[in-house]
Amino acid sequence: MKFSKTIALCAAFAVVATGPAALGAAKGKGKTKTTKAAVSNGPALAGGKIACTNQYAGKKVTIFSPNDSKEDIAAFTFAWAPYEKCTGIKLNWEATKTFEADVKLRLAGGNAPGVIDFPQPGLMATTAKTGKLIELPADIKADLSKNFLPGWLGYGTAADGKVYGAAYQQNFKSFVWYSPKAFAAKGYAIPKSLAELTALSDKIVADGGTPWCAGIESGAATGWVLTDWIEDMMLRTTTPAVYDDWVNHRIPFNDPRVKVAVDAVGAILKNEKYVGNVKAIATTKFQDGGLPILDNKCYMHRQANFYKSFWPAGTTFGETGNVNFFYLPMAKATDPKVMLGGGDLAAATNNKPETIDTIRYLASVDFANTDAKNASKFSPRTDYDTTLLPDKLDQAFANAGKTADIFRFDASDQMPGAVGSGSFWHEATAWIVGGSTDDMLNNIEKSWPKN
Amino acid sequence: MGDVFGAIATIVLGLGVFVGGLLLIYAGTTVVPKRFRERSQIAVFLGPALILIVIGLVVPALRTIWLSLLSDRDGSPFGGLTNYKFMFTDHNERIAILNSMLWVLLGGTVSTALGLTIARFADGAKGEAVAKSLVFIPGALSLAGAGIIWKFVYDGPPFNYGLLNAVTKAIPGWPKGFGGDGQRIWLLEHPAQMNTFLLIVILIWVQTGFATVVLSAAIKGVPESLEEAATVDGATKRQVFYRITLPYIRPALLTVMTTGTIASLKAFDIVQATTGGNFNTSTIANEMYSKFFLEGRDGLASALAVMLFILVIPVVVLNQRGQKRAQQMVGA
Repeated sequence: MKFSKTIALCAAFAVVATGPAALGAAKGKGKTKTTKAAVSNGPALAGGKIACTNQYAGKKVTIFSPNDSKEDIAAFTFAWAPYEKCTGIKLNWEATKTFEADVKLRLAGGNAPGVIDFPQPGLMATTAKTGKLIELPADIKADLSKNFLPGWLGYGTAADGKVYGAAYQQNFKSFVWYSPKAFAAKGYAIPKSLAELTALSDKIVADGGTPWCAGIESGAATGWVLTDWIEDMMLRTTTPAVYDDWVNHRIPFNDPRVKVAVDAVGAILKNEKYVGNVKAIATTKFQDGGLPILDNKCYMHRQANFYKSFWPAGTTFGETGNVNFFYLPMAKATDPKVMLGGGDLAAATNNKPETIDTIRYLASVDFANTDAKNASKFSPRTDYDTTLLPDKLDQAFANAGKTADIFRFDASDQMPGAVGSGSFWHEATAWIVGGSTDDMLNNIEKSWPKN
Repeated sequence: MGDVFGAIATIVLGLGVFVGGLLLIYAGTTVVPKRFRERSQIAVFLGPALILIVIGLVVPALRTIWLSLLSDRDGSPFGGLTNYKFMFTDHNERIAILNSMLWVLLGGTVSTALGLTIARFADGAKGEAVAKSLVFIPGALSLAGAGIIWKFVYDGPPFNYGLLNAVTKAIPGWPKGFGGDGQRIWLLEHPAQMNTFLLIVILIWVQTGFATVVLSAAIKGVPESLEEAATVDGATKRQVFYRITLPYIRPALLTVMTTGTIASLKAFDIVQATTGGNFNTSTIANEMYSKFFLEGRDGLASALAVMLFILVIPVVVLNQRGQKRAQQMVGA
C-alpha cells in the first residue's frame, strides 16, 4: 500500500516536471506551422546573401562575448533584430567578465559557442591555432578586403594565412581633444603634421599657455594611457610593418626605433614647459586628464573617442562648441593616415549555415547601419552610412575613421598579459615619474615571456 | 512560465533528495550495532561539513599549490620553482614583499599600542564614551572606503585639494621640499618607502578603533579586588598596570594583535584604492591580484598566494599558543 502510494507520487511529480517542456514543444510546433505560410519577412540581408524566408526558425546561435554591460547587450539586441526577424533565428548573447579563461574551457570541454566575439586579434589567432575555428567563406573574405578599413583583414587572418575573424565594431584612439573657442581666440590652427604640432605647442608656450594636459592614473591599470601614446608615436615615427614586428616581438622591445617613439612622447609629456608638473600626470585620473581644457588651463589632450563621456554635462561639442577633436597628425601631412584603435572580431566554431550567416550578418553593411543607428557604434566598414549615427560628434569620429588609410590595433592589448597588462603599464608609469627611456625599454624586454 | 515551474520543481526535487537522503542515512545508523552507533551518527552529522570544507578549502588550497608550480605560459605545463624564483628575484616583486613586511611590522603593533594607550587613559575619564566612539568610527568603515578618504587627504598637484599639503604648508618652518610649499604629491614620493608608510597609517587609523574597544572592555573586566589588593600591598598605579592589568588582558591583546597583523598581511583594499600598487607601494596581496586578474599569470599569482599562506601560519600558531597559555593561566 505504502509502496504504491510512493510510485503514484513519483508519477505525478514526473508529469508536473516534464509538463512545461511538453507544452513548450507543442507551442513551438504550432508556431512553425503558422509562419511557414509566410514566404518572406522583408528584403534580404547582407547584400542579398541572407534570404528572409524564416529558414532558421527554431535554430539558436550563441555569441560568446566579453562585452557584458547592460548597454552592450541592449544595443546588440536592437542591432540584430532585423536578422532575427528575417531568418527566424534566435541569437543568444552570452557575456562573461572572465572571457579569456572561459573561452578556453568552453572549447576544451566540447561546449563551443557557435560564434565567438574576440575583443582582440591575438587571442583569436591563438584560438585558431588550436583548430577550433572555421575558415570564413570566400564572399565574406572578399567583402573584408574590399569594404573594410585596410588592416582589419589582416587582424582576422591567423598564422596559417586563413581568414577566421570578421571585424564588426571598432573604436578610435588617434584623437586630440581641444577647445575650438580657445583655438579661435588665439588664432591657432589645427596641425597637419608632427612638425606643425610641435610648432603649435611652442607657440602656446610663447603665448604663456600650457599646450598639453594628461592623466594616466587608472588604479591597478595605471599607465595604459601612456601605452596608447607610445603606440600612436610608433605609427608616426616608424611604419605599420615595424609596428607589427614590435607587437609580435619580432624586434626586441628595446629596439632603437621604439626608443625614438618613446622619446617623441617624452618630448611632449616629460616637458615641463608643455605640461606643467610632469609627475602629477601619474596621479591625475585619466578621466580628469583633459578637463582643464575647459578652463583654458591647457589646450590639447590626446585621448580616444570614448573620452566624450567624461566631459561634464552642458559641454557643447563640434567646431563651434567648447570641445572638439582633431586627428593626431602623421609625421608629414602627405603620409597615409594610420588610425590606432580597438574593435571586435566575430569567428565561427562550426560550419552550420545559421552560424556562418550570423557572422555574415555581423560583418554586413546592414548590421553596420543598424548598429550605428540604434546603438551609436562604429563599424570598421568604409561603406556604411555614418549620418545614421544620432550624435554629430559620433558622426565626426566615424568619418575620421572612414577617411583613415590604415587601421592598426592597440599594441598592448595584443601583447602577452605579462607585458601588455603588466610591465608596459608599470614601466611607462615609472618612466613618466622620472625613469629613463632605456631602463623602461630594457625592463619591459626582460619581462617578455620566453617561449 | 514553463521555465519557472521547471526551475522550482528542480529546486524542490533537489532539496527533497538531499534532506531525504540524510534522513535515510541517519535512519540507517539506528540499525547499526550499538557499538558503532555513536561513531556513525557523528559521521553523518559531520560528514556534510567536512565534505564542504574539503571542496571549498582543501581542494582549492592544494590546487593553488599545484598551480604555483606550473609555468605562466599556457602550453608549457610544469615550471618547477620558477615562479618562486621570480618572486624573490624580480625587482617589483621584491619591493612588494618588502612592503608587506613593513605592513606586518607596523600595522598590528602600532594599532594595538595606540588602542591600549587610548583604552588605558580613557578608562574612567570624563567623556570616555564619546572619546571611544570617535576612535571607533573609522573601524566601521571598509578599508576601501578609508583608502578613498585618505587619498583625498594625500592629494597633491594639479588639483591639490589635499588636507596634508594644506597642513604642512600652514606650519611655519616645515621643510619646503617636504610639503612646506604645499605642492608635494604624497602618494608618489617613495624615498625610504615613505608612501607605503602613509598607506599603513590608513590601516592603523581603521584598526585602532577596534583595538580600543576590545582592550577597553578587557580592562574593565579586570576584577577590582585584584587591583585593590595590589594597591593595598603598596603597588604604584604603574605597577598595577604592568603587573596586574596587562597580564590579565593578555588574551584580548593577542586577539587584537593577530587581527591587525593578518589585516596587514592581506593589505590590498587600501593599496588598490589609493595607488593601485604603483609608485613602489605594491604588496603581496596586491601583486597576487594584478598578476592573476590583469596579466593572466596564474602560476605566479598562485605562488604569491602560497607565500601569503606561509606567512600567515606563524601568526595563527602564535595566537593559538598564546590563547592556550592564557587559558591555562586563568584556569590555574
